[in-house]
Amino acid sequence: MIHIGLGHFLFVSSILFSLGIFGVVTRKNAVMVLMGIELMLNASNINFIAFAKYGNFGLQGQVMALFVIVLAAAEAAIALAIVLNIYKTFSTVNVDEIDTLKD
Amino acid sequence: MNINYLLNSLYLIKPEIAISATLVLLVLMDLIMGSNKKLLPYIAIAGLIAASYFSVEQFGMSSLAFVSKANKGMIVTDPFGAFFKGIVVFASFFVIYFSIKSDEIKASFERHGEYYTLIFGMILGMFFMISASDLILIYLSLELVSLSSYVLAGFTKTSQRNSEASLKYVIYGGVSSGIMLFGISILYGITGSTNLYEINSLIQTSSIPNLTFILSGILIFVGIGYKISAVPFHFWTPDVYEGAPITITAFLSVASKAAGFALLIRFIKITFIKSVDSAGYWQLVDIIDWKTFFIFLSIITMTLGNFAALWQDNMKRMLAYSSIAHAGYLLLGMAVLSNQGMIAIIIYFMVYAFMNLGAFFVVMLIANKIGTEDIDDYKGLGYSQPFLGVCLGIFLVSLTGLPPTAGFIGKLYIFIALVDAKMITLAVIALLNSVVSLYYYIRVLRNLFLTRPENGTFEFKVSFSNGLVLVLLAAPVIIFGLYFTPLINIAKSSIQILGF
Repeated sequence: MIHIGLGHFLFVSSILFSLGIFGVVTRKNAVMVLMGIELMLNASNINFIAFAKYGNFGLQGQVMALFVIVLAAAEAAIALAIVLNIYKTFSTVNVDEIDTLKD
Repeated sequence: MNINYLLNSLYLIKPEIAISATLVLLVLMDLIMGSNKKLLPYIAIAGLIAASYFSVEQFGMSSLAFVSKANKGMIVTDPFGAFFKGIVVFASFFVIYFSIKSDEIKASFERHGEYYTLIFGMILGMFFMISASDLILIYLSLELVSLSSYVLAGFTKTSQRNSEASLKYVIYGGVSSGIMLFGISILYGITGSTNLYEINSLIQTSSIPNLTFILSGILIFVGIGYKISAVPFHFWTPDVYEGAPITITAFLSVASKAAGFALLIRFIKITFIKSVDSAGYWQLVDIIDWKTFFIFLSIITMTLGNFAALWQDNMKRMLAYSSIAHAGYLLLGMAVLSNQGMIAIIIYFMVYAFMNLGAFFVVMLIANKIGTEDIDDYKGLGYSQPFLGVCLGIFLVSLTGLPPTAGFIGKLYIFIALVDAKMITLAVIALLNSVVSLYYYIRVLRNLFLTRPENGTFEFKVSFSNGLVLVLLAAPVIIFGLYFTPLINIAKSSIQILGF
């Protein structure tokens, strides 16, 4: 019988965060980059909930997680609208090909 | 928690309430008025007047709002916050005026309602950023500013430049806010609180794991560094400044940066401080060498900003790199870690607001008429448009930091703070950087006055109201350069942060 402790949660969240950064850095498709950002936000959410549960710190952690869920949704909505607009003007969502602004 | 207590807290956030009310009013009026949107900017200005009145009222106050048993307060009202709110409101006045005159914004007339609404969303976010003393509110306000500015950066939907700018902004912004949030979650985990005052009292009394603490601090700094465009989090700055509409660029470069610095100063000074000694130097909790950290950051920020600006041909892009360099000078004021450094930062911001808004306004007026921001297209403009040329000259000389302009006073006080703190090498590096910056500012002036126009002259008139606003921005740059006592008095009275 494995006892699930704080360490396990932190382990999962740090893996999720690293995967998020990896996704942002390696993916070329703008939508995939945005998914990487979502992973990073959710990694922090796991942290908040785990700390609040195991540390007995009161409700601030849970409150923060709720706020972050809402914000992540808002950010996704805005970012997808921007990507849609990019597709209309550039006919591609490959972030490497969108480089008219340069030195 | 009773009703009286809640009311007392609400009285303390009157500026924020005024801004929110105007935001709601703008949405409603946009719906009611239908196709007639001419009134919207005037509603916006009325709301700003109310907000500025309430901000000035806060100058004498010093208290915490929304205090509960579990929390030592979400929002601080103090002279320091009031000053930075003043800077934000000041920039907003001019940006709304610029928006009335800008051809870029005029082109998408039917979407003016959302334009002003989003600007007010940004202002609201900045107000909360300036006065937040809780990590939850800090993150929320930062996101409010970011989300509104992502949309505003791509406001002209059909323009390639605009949409590219907003895509780059949203990706860099999303990543840095994600990293910052992870840092906040770790800080919450090791201290058990999201309140800055509580975290401060905790790290003074008990020992905390050093490495984790440094890590979380650095992760949080990523988010703040992105807002103030400090190197190495500056990558978005040139692209977004060049691509976004000029009005938004001007707003980002002044208001957003001011709010970012206010957040940085408050975060450092509340969370990590142990005591302030009699000479005004801050004794910080020595988890990392704060001085070296800020010195390193400011040197790379100003050097990279100044050197990259040397080979820019687009005026907006050049001003973007120059604003990175200015963030570097402002970080020098942080590196001193003293009240005197803070005074220097505040003086610098007062000056910076005038000269940067002015420079962007002239660039906008010229772009409205000749449709380009290329520095090479400015050739001979000083002859056919002496008024615009002289005003741009004043702003650029002031951005360089030469006497008798106000930019000199801003730099002077930063150097005085450095020399007083016995950081003379740093002062010399900053001085050399100013010399480098002279080259690219003067290059514009050379094009304006010392070269003959290549293709015809610039036949257009500057309208009376535009001229008046330009004088309102240019005259203080000269006047404060010669008579700067009021600046120093304001700065001295607004360094007071609640608690320390």
